[in-house]
Amino acid sequence: MELKNKKNRRDFLKNGALLTGGMLIASGMKPFSALVYATNHNEDAEHWYGMAIDIEKCIGCGNCAKACKIENDVPEEPFFFRTWVEQYTILNDGSKIITSENGGLNGASQDYTPDEIFKSFFVPKMCNHCTNSPCTQVCPVGATFESPEGVALVDSTYCIGCRYCVQACPYGCRYIHPKTKIADKCTLCYHRITNGQVPACQEVCPTNAKIFGDLNDRSSELVQFIKKHDWQILKPHMNTKPKVVYNALSGEVN
Amino acid sequence: MEEHTQHLFEMLSQVDGYIYPNELDLQWGILIVLYPYITGLVAGAFILASLERVFKVKVLKPTYHIALLTALSFLLVATLPLVSHLGKPLRAIEIMITPNGTSAMAIFGFIYLWYLMVVLLLELWFDYRRDMVIWAQQMKGFKRFVYRIFTLGVNDLSPKALRWDEKLGYFITIIGIPSAFLLHGYVGFIFGSVKANPWWSTVLMPVIFLFSAMVSGIALVMVVYLIISYIRKMKVDMKCLDMIGRYLLIALILDFSLESLDQIHRIYEAEESFEIISLLMSGQLTYTLLVFQVLLGTIIPLIVLTILQFYKKNIRLRQTLYMVVGFIVLIGIFFMRWNIVIGGQLFSKSFHGFTSFKLQLIGSEGILMAGLWLIIPIFILAFLLWLFPPWKKTEETAY
Amino acid sequence: MPKHIRRLLLLFAVLITLFIIVRQVLIPDSFGQFGHYRGLALEENKAHVARYVGTDICAECHWETMELKTADMHAEISCETCHGPGWKHIEEPEQGQLTIPEGREFCGTCHSRNPARSASLIAQVNLSDHNIETNCSECHNPHAPWN
Repeated sequence: MELKNKKNRRDFLKNGALLTGGMLIASGMKPFSALVYATNHNEDAEHWYGMAIDIEKCIGCGNCAKACKIENDVPEEPFFFRTWVEQYTILNDGSKIITSENGGLNGASQDYTPDEIFKSFFVPKMCNHCTNSPCTQVCPVGATFESPEGVALVDSTYCIGCRYCVQACPYGCRYIHPKTKIADKCTLCYHRITNGQVPACQEVCPTNAKIFGDLNDRSSELVQFIKKHDWQILKPHMNTKPKVVYNALSGEVN
Repeated sequence: MEEHTQHLFEMLSQVDGYIYPNELDLQWGILIVLYPYITGLVAGAFILASLERVFKVKVLKPTYHIALLTALSFLLVATLPLVSHLGKPLRAIEIMITPNGTSAMAIFGFIYLWYLMVVLLLELWFDYRRDMVIWAQQMKGFKRFVYRIFTLGVNDLSPKALRWDEKLGYFITIIGIPSAFLLHGYVGFIFGSVKANPWWSTVLMPVIFLFSAMVSGIALVMVVYLIISYIRKMKVDMKCLDMIGRYLLIALILDFSLESLDQIHRIYEAEESFEIISLLMSGQLTYTLLVFQVLLGTIIPLIVLTILQFYKKNIRLRQTLYMVVGFIVLIGIFFMRWNIVIGGQLFSKSFHGFTSFKLQLIGSEGILMAGLWLIIPIFILAFLLWLFPPWKKTEETAY
Repeated sequence: MPKHIRRLLLLFAVLITLFIIVRQVLIPDSFGQFGHYRGLALEENKAHVARYVGTDICAECHWETMELKTADMHAEISCETCHGPGWKHIEEPEQGQLTIPEGREFCGTCHSRNPARSASLIAQVNLSDHNIETNCSECHNPHAPWN
């Protein structure tokens, strides 16, 4: 009995040392492996969900914003959006006009004639599901968090409604629900993606401008898209490492 | 649903440029302006009290206990505007139950409790224990009951016990200074660490908060001291008042220099956000920033206090001037908090437009409510002064 | 150590112990299961009922329309993009609240001319001069617009 105990302890120590050493090496290696492969993916996770948005394909119909509101019981007033569409118009005189009438819910209109316009395009916005989420970082109680799949979620029964997360999001993707008074945001349709469906915004997109997928799965449509396109993220200087990437994102976009 | 969002439709016409659709409504209103304001008053008043005890500035003796009791009265209220502003106030306790290690806001509850229980209450307890024992024997009724409880049922007034009180009280004051720095520097960090907001995100924020806290705390104690003297028809100790005035001047100069440095740095670096911030300062914040904060709250007090360093003749005039300076400094610092909290939410994080803020008169986020949160501490102070009158304390032997 | 200091320390010890006990009681059950949050919150988020059911489900009954649609330009578009979410309709087809959108404005949300829309990607018309006073569906079958 005594002997066995001793052996166990030695084994434990040996395994412990191995484990610690291994973890040290692994953590030392990690930064480099992250540099090699394009976007931020997390190999420890089984899935690491993200989305690509193809600006070249977006026609600004606003079906994504509309479907999101229906799918997720988002208040219908145009001040609460989990996803919305912005229209950028650069005029010949160089001025930049951004509009998002009703968040793009009813489609887009253009106040300028083609003669005045230098270029124009749509940018659908949504939660970027950052790898370094400022919103989950600042939640004082752990009511908003990153799921094991990398999706930033809200625990509606635990949120105290301090609104710090709304302040911390550089992308304006969070709002306080006018009735429940707690933080609300895009869940990447967590209830759908964990059930084999795509997010509602992608489901209704008529031009397939949104591509949901698993960044850990190299054969996924998302990773293939990332491979073939010159993608960009929003506000890279914030170092939030978004998992939502854009194709053909123009420098004018804020 | 309509009543929740009616005002938002009205605000829509006030939008200038482009803002993200979720940004129309300001998240933090006047209650959150009060939060750094009140904690600043606490920290500043405490630091003034510590000057007397730790740094042996004996001239300040008449204000020592007043400063501590003022700090306590405001600290007791400090969390209330915060909690009442929460979407779910009843869940506030979660911040103590499962504080999130990565959140700048999470340890507020602990810092607050540390400051209240360990610093302020203990310091006052060691200070007043002897008096409470004596008063408990002299008085009857409610006061006697309270003193009995506070003395924890021990009437030991032996020299040894009093020496312990004195030493521990001194020790608490010493750890109290970094705690006061922590309390308010930390509040500055809550704002200064929000990288998404360029108006807040500056490494100087905690330091600026600290010095502005000292400014407001010193001004508050000055005003309270003058008012108490007036009400109790006590003679104002002009040496003490002049010394407070001098510290106020020093704190104001430091505060003003730091804030100027911050602005000069912004202008010189002229980062991505520079354009929207200069529009903010010259637009929506013109009055609150340039007129109230800088002119009324800083420049005029600086001039008057400088003059008062040399002008020593008319005592009545000097008292009046100190009173006026104290008040306008308090107003100035209030607007400094306003400019940070409200100003930081007026522009869109797209840097392409502004929303607006309309202060309500009534309601939980209104002016009246905010006024109430500022008046309650004054009543608490009056009560504390009645219960623990500094002027009835027995002469200390030790210091 | 004088008696009053001992009392004070005792008082603090009691308060801290009380806090620790209360904290233990109040921590939610599944807290910390996966990280600094309630593990059950994941399940609660998953439990939300999906409104949009997907084209495959529609095709189970409406295969004729599907055949028509897949042969033309609107093949890629989900049924629910135009007809709305089908979650109630698939439970009770008779009472389903699906919509059959009408009018030029509706088609215009995608097909009205806008410089921000890629001309090669989508057919666009000026709603103000393209066969005004005619409903789009009089010439174009929405399920097969070029048919």
